[in-house]
Amino acid sequence: MKSAVIVFPGSNCDRDMAVALEKITGQKPIMVWHQEYDFPEVDFIALPGGFSYGDYLRCGAMSARSHVMKEVVKRAEAGVPTFGVCNGFQILTETGLLPGALMRNANLHFVCRDVEMTVENTDSMFTSGYKGMDSITIPVAHHDGNYFADTETLDRLEGEGQVAFKYKSDINGAQRRIAGIMNAKGNVLGMMPHPERMIEPALGGSDGRILFESVINSLG
Amino acid sequence: MTDVKITPELVKEHGLTAEEYDRILAALGREPSITELGIYSVMWSEHCSYKSSRIHLKKLPTKADWVIQGPGENAGVIDIGDGQAAIFKMESHNHPSYIEPYQGAATGVGGILRDVFTMGARPVANMNALRFGEPDHPKTRHLVAGVVEGIGGYGNCVGVPTVGGETNFDPSYNGNILVNAMTVGLADTDKIFYSAAAGVGNPVVYVGSKTGRDGIHGATMASAEFTEDSEEKRPTVQVGDPFTEKLLIEACLELMATDAIVAIQDMGAAGLTSSSVEMASKGGVGFELILDNVPQREENMTPYEMCLSESQERMLMVLKPGREDMAKAIFEKWELDFAVIGTITTTGKLTLKFKGETVGDMPIDSLVDDAPMYDRPWVPTPKRKAVTVPAPADLGKAVMDMIGGPHLSSRRWIWEQYDHMVMGDTIQRPGGDAAVVRVHGTMKGLAISTDVSPRYCYADPVEGGKQAVAETWRNITAVGAKPLAITNCLNFGNPERPEIMGQFVGCLDGMGEACRALDYPIVSGNVSLYNETNGTGILPTPAIGGVGVMADIDCMATVAFEKAGETILLIGETRDELGASLYQKQILGEDDGLPPLVDLGVERRNGDFVRAMIENGQVTTCHDLSDGGLIAALADMAIGGNMGAEITLGETLPLHVQLFSETQARYLVAAEADVAETIRQEAKDAGIPVTVLGKTGGDRLSVNGDALSLALADVRAAHEGWLPNYMAAAE
Repeated sequence: MKSAVIVFPGSNCDRDMAVALEKITGQKPIMVWHQEYDFPEVDFIALPGGFSYGDYLRCGAMSARSHVMKEVVKRAEAGVPTFGVCNGFQILTETGLLPGALMRNANLHFVCRDVEMTVENTDSMFTSGYKGMDSITIPVAHHDGNYFADTETLDRLEGEGQVAFKYKSDINGAQRRIAGIMNAKGNVLGMMPHPERMIEPALGGSDGRILFESVINSLG
Repeated sequence: MTDVKITPELVKEHGLTAEEYDRILAALGREPSITELGIYSVMWSEHCSYKSSRIHLKKLPTKADWVIQGPGENAGVIDIGDGQAAIFKMESHNHPSYIEPYQGAATGVGGILRDVFTMGARPVANMNALRFGEPDHPKTRHLVAGVVEGIGGYGNCVGVPTVGGETNFDPSYNGNILVNAMTVGLADTDKIFYSAAAGVGNPVVYVGSKTGRDGIHGATMASAEFTEDSEEKRPTVQVGDPFTEKLLIEACLELMATDAIVAIQDMGAAGLTSSSVEMASKGGVGFELILDNVPQREENMTPYEMCLSESQERMLMVLKPGREDMAKAIFEKWELDFAVIGTITTTGKLTLKFKGETVGDMPIDSLVDDAPMYDRPWVPTPKRKAVTVPAPADLGKAVMDMIGGPHLSSRRWIWEQYDHMVMGDTIQRPGGDAAVVRVHGTMKGLAISTDVSPRYCYADPVEGGKQAVAETWRNITAVGAKPLAITNCLNFGNPERPEIMGQFVGCLDGMGEACRALDYPIVSGNVSLYNETNGTGILPTPAIGGVGVMADIDCMATVAFEKAGETILLIGETRDELGASLYQKQILGEDDGLPPLVDLGVERRNGDFVRAMIENGQVTTCHDLSDGGLIAALADMAIGGNMGAEITLGETLPLHVQLFSETQARYLVAAEADVAETIRQEAKDAGIPVTVLGKTGGDRLSVNGDALSLALADVRAAHEGWLPNYMAAAE
């Protein structure tokens, strides 16, 4: 699987994402600096975590308006699997590829810990490997992960199977404890927890690995 | 030069004595300009010149075969094998953090990160040692909240994990909190960068953020006592921008991968002044700076302001000639300022030009080598007498109060606000004896711990100094790593008081002795004096940051019990040592008697034995004994593993002594019965005291049947609950 990791000024989980992708796919991803809009064709685009542009203005707002994101949006709309973690999720909502917004955590504190989640839809290209698992554990590390959307959108997301993950207990005040959502087509996933940090027992578990393996399987 | 008249009042406002001013007149052979006066005042401040401490610091052991760079550079460097080096330092940001906790703590983290990546290292771990006033003091909550948020706000954004630390509360810090931040980085041993400038005619280059008016005279503030009006000093606190720091790290590391850099130094305390003076002094050259070329954030800045600004996220470099364009392109890619602001000269002077005029012209030697050095009078701390410490009225309540109180309760509320997993190599997370960070791409691990017991240092500076060093050594040992070297932050009161200077001298004697006995040299550090408010000093607090290495992260111990039915062993002897203990202070409200004796030979023998057990895979559950003694350690292990324990203690010493004594060089380990028996036999053969205490399992912590029996759920609730409940009461 050929993948690309998009790097913005202030991204800081780009290396973690690259390490995970290389370990799991066996192939080094292309690191795409935000000014290089014209990057080669890939099977998978990852938007890593971090504090792109310092989270100034609003998390993900400036990155969403960068040239490289115009290209990412075009490819995502054409069907390329696109995956945003943490700041990457914030960027995806800011571009409009995913609905809703990520607000400051309800208790106003940054939170870094392992969280238990349920996989709400195990039929997607990102989550098929989680079939039969009642609960998975993946860490979060964010200040702005409080997912918000209007009731109608939330109902639609739940009704159409677009909610990928839910926290088992309240972590950040997110509506309906939503941790990750997909677009209607199912080729764009944004999530606050960091699967790239849970890919081997030495790091505390391997539940994150399954997500990447699911994508590989879906691509055949 | 400028027209400002130098009056005795102006000299005094700059924190210089009349004698010191006379030295300036002698060095220059004329009256200084106002810019020069400002520069001498920061260079000769306690913070930059170590004028009260230098004479004693020289006595500390700083060498070992694995030490690549000891004190004197931006950070210490040790060889960790396989062509790699660990680069680390700890630094205080006490005064600014008290005045403005968020920015004070944040810029403390930023400063120590720069000290480490300046040397070519990628920072891989942050740690801290925090001390606040008593919980009931009206400012404490606000300060805890601000400092924790500041450390998190900076470290999280930069993307370096904050993997651990320590937090204490004591009334002596009511008016002077301590914020000590440590960074550890990794570099290849053949790619380490130093600060000595060289090459006459080479360009002096400024990179990073623009210079503003923030932080002017921060170093001078850090060299004076606080009074009631200290909050008026808020404008001297710098403002941090972690986003720019992240860009600066990446840009510097990108440039460091080339061969363009001759020397590099971050602009820390006293900013442009101290960085250029230090680089010139180490290289034995002169600097000529054109201040008009300094990137400026504000209009009409004077030379005085530019030289003394402590604006953050700035670096000074000397480049090889002809590499300016290539270097500039890298910094422009990262959207950072890049300006050639001067050249290296043969004059041996720092020459400052502004608008075509010379506004400063000072011999470098006079700024550094002629800085005053004081052998301040000191008196040894009087020896205390041994005391007998009585049993508590209610043992169960005493244990619950301690485990669920301000001193021993879980610090989860703090470290969950720090991203402790970014970079994907955090193998042992906060909450254990030492944090373990994998050396990226290998099976090796760096173990890091910060410790000091100010109670002991106050009771007996020499024993306390030894104990601080020994405790980091023990914590690193308890996870299975070999301790290699330390950094320190020496936080003390006013050195002009002989009893404070006596504490300083005593602690350094003890530290030096421990470093020598444990082959555990000091490679970097920082001194923070004048931690006093209205004449009351803090407890002497020489915070130690230790670094060790383990060959294989799969052979590592954690504190958590893993399996029911395992045998619990105590390695090391317990003596009646409740003087200056946490039990005595918290439960009995007294602070008296002798602190525990530190026998460094026993420390080393017991520690080497424990480490070998972990390295050869016999043991994966281990915890050292420290504050609160045996019962505190046992509770940590039970809470960590969510599993109770049942132990039996003999009658050689009273039960409360066995539970709370803080005798050093002790560890608790748990292992399967047959392995435990082997360990017991091996310890006996080696002459190491070992006691079988009992078994893991169940949902209670029980000692001698009903003598002490606590439901683990209650212990956990108290342990986890204290800090969040305390902080929530503020909101």
